[in-house]
Amino acid sequence: MADDVETASSSPEKRGRWRAADTRRDGGGEGQSAVRAAAPSTAEPVLGRALRATRGRSPSPARGGGAGRKRPSKARDNLVYAAVWLTCAAPLAWLAFRAFTGDLGVNPIETLIRQLGVWGLRLLLVGLAITPAAVILRKPRLARFRRTIGLFAFAYVSLHLLSYIGVDLYFDFGQLVKDILKRPFITLGMAAFVLLIPLAITSTNGWVIRMGRAAWSRLHWLIYLIVPLGVAHYYLLVKADHRPPLVYGAILAVLLGWRLWRATRSSP
Amino acid sequence: MLIRHRPDLTDNDVTDRGLYLRRREFIAGAAGLGLTGLGLAGLGGAAAGAAPLTFSKGFSTTEKPTPKNDITSYNNFYEFGVDKGDPAENAGKLKTRPWTVRVDGACEAPKTFDIDDLIKANKLEERIYRLRCVEGWSMVIPWVGFPLKDLIAAVKPTSKAKFVAFETLMRPSEMTGQRWDVLQWPYREGLRIDEAVHPLTLIAVGLYGETLPNQNGAPLRLVVPWKYGFKSIKSITRISLVERQPPTAWNISAPREYGFYSNVNPAVDHPRWSQATERRIGEFRRRDTLAFNGYGEWVADLYRGMDLKRNF
Repeated sequence: MADDVETASSSPEKRGRWRAADTRRDGGGEGQSAVRAAAPSTAEPVLGRALRATRGRSPSPARGGGAGRKRPSKARDNLVYAAVWLTCAAPLAWLAFRAFTGDLGVNPIETLIRQLGVWGLRLLLVGLAITPAAVILRKPRLARFRRTIGLFAFAYVSLHLLSYIGVDLYFDFGQLVKDILKRPFITLGMAAFVLLIPLAITSTNGWVIRMGRAAWSRLHWLIYLIVPLGVAHYYLLVKADHRPPLVYGAILAVLLGWRLWRATRSSP
Repeated sequence: MLIRHRPDLTDNDVTDRGLYLRRREFIAGAAGLGLTGLGLAGLGGAAAGAAPLTFSKGFSTTEKPTPKNDITSYNNFYEFGVDKGDPAENAGKLKTRPWTVRVDGACEAPKTFDIDDLIKANKLEERIYRLRCVEGWSMVIPWVGFPLKDLIAAVKPTSKAKFVAFETLMRPSEMTGQRWDVLQWPYREGLRIDEAVHPLTLIAVGLYGETLPNQNGAPLRLVVPWKYGFKSIKSITRISLVERQPPTAWNISAPREYGFYSNVNPAVDHPRWSQATERRIGEFRRRDTLAFNGYGEWVADLYRGMDLKRNF
C-alpha cells in the first residue's frame, strides 16, 4: 500500500506526483468549477487518468502495492451518487412540499424566492469546496460530484430567477429591465446567472472533448467570478443584518484563498 | 452477631411490582403535567396580555383586514430578532406591566403616564388602516387606540415644540435583539409636530379588539398610516417635544435609504428597490402603491411646497 494516496505525503516525490496529477486534472490552473464535468466513472477516458494516478488503484506496474486494493463496486458507486443527488434535491422537494401544503409563511412568494436563492448559493459554495476537500482529505474521486452539484446549483439559481420574474414580477419584462439597470443587487445577480449558463451547457463530457481540456478549464474559471457575484448580490439586498451574507463571503474567501495559497506554493 | 427485631415492613408496604415496572411512565406523566401546567400558565399570561378593549368605531378603510395570524406572525421588530418570525417567537419574554411613558420636553405639564391609566383616560376607537412596509409588502390592520394629539395636548406643549421624538424601551434582558448593534439602540423615531397632532396619527394599544400582542409593539405604539411602517415605533417609553429634528434609528443606520419623512411615495424609489408596487399580504399579484399610502387627501397639505424627492 505504499503508494496509496493516504501515505503519499510521506514521500516528497509522491507528493509531487499528487500535485502534478491534480494540476493536470485542473487544466493547469485549478480551473475546476462547480459545474465542471467531474469524471464520473463513465468519463474515465476523458478525465479519469489523472485522477487514477492519485488513486493508488491503478494496475500500473509502478505501483505494485496496489494489487490488494480494489475499486469500489459499481453498485456502491451508484449508491453514493444517488445519495448526493437526493441530498441536492432535498431542499427543493421540501420547498415544493411546503408550497403545496401552504406552509411557506405569511409572505410565501418572498420565502420561495429567498430559499431558492440561498440554496443556489450554498450549492455553488459546496461545489467550490470539493476540490479542497478532495486534496486535503486525499479523496480525489470526490471530484466526480462537482458536475452534479454544479448543475443542481444552476437549477436552484434558475428557479430563483424564474420565480422572481414569473411570480414576483408576473412577467412584467419592462420592470425586469428597469430592475436590472437600476438595482445593483439585481444587476449582479443577473450577471451571475448569465455567466452560469455557458458553464451549465458545457458541463457534459462531450463538451470537454469538443473544447479541449485547456479551453474548457479556462471557460470554467468563470465560476471564480460567478460565486463572488452571488455573494455580493445577497449582501446588497440585506437591509441591516449583514451577518448571513458575510458568513457566505467568509466561506468563499477561505475557498478561494486556499486556491491562491496553493497556486503560489506550487509555482517555482 | 445476629440482630433480631420485629419486621416493621409488611408485604403491603412493598411497591407492587407492576407499578414498579411502570415507574418511568409516572415520571414522564408528572413531567407532562408540569409542562401542561406551564403551558396553561403561558396561555394565562397570553390571555392576560390579550384582554378585550372597549372602543368605538373610528375612521377606517373598507378594505378587508389582513388575518390576525398574519399580522401577529410577520413582524419587523429588531429588538426581538431580525427575521420576520423572530418577534412572535421571542417577544413573549417582554414584561409589559408595570409600564410607564414619560412625556416631556417643550411643554408646561410634563408627566409620566401609567399605561393602564392612559388606556382608561382616553376614548379608544378602532381604526382600520393600511400599513405599507418600506420592504414592499402591505397589510390592512384593525388597530385600537387614541389620537396622539390628545396625549400631546395633555402636557400643554409650548411654542418651542416643533418636533416630537419617540423612544422604545431599552431592556436587553428581555429584548434580546438589543444585545448586538444591528441598529443603534434604543430605537428612536420622530415626527414634525404638525404630523404628530394630525388626527390620523394614532397611539395604538390594541389590535383586533384586544390589547396589543407583544410582537406588535405592546403595550403602546405609534401608527402613522401614510408613512412607511418603520416610522410607527413600538413599545414606547418616552415621548419628547423638541425644537430640532430628532435623530431616528433607520436614518442613522442608512441615511441614503431612510429619510426623516419616509412618506409612502411610489415615485421615490428606495435606492435598492422600486417602491412603485407592493404585495398585499394574502394576495398573489403586486398592486400599485398609492401616494401617502392612499391618505393624501388628508395629509398631502402637510407637505405643500416641499420637494418630496429630496425630503424622502
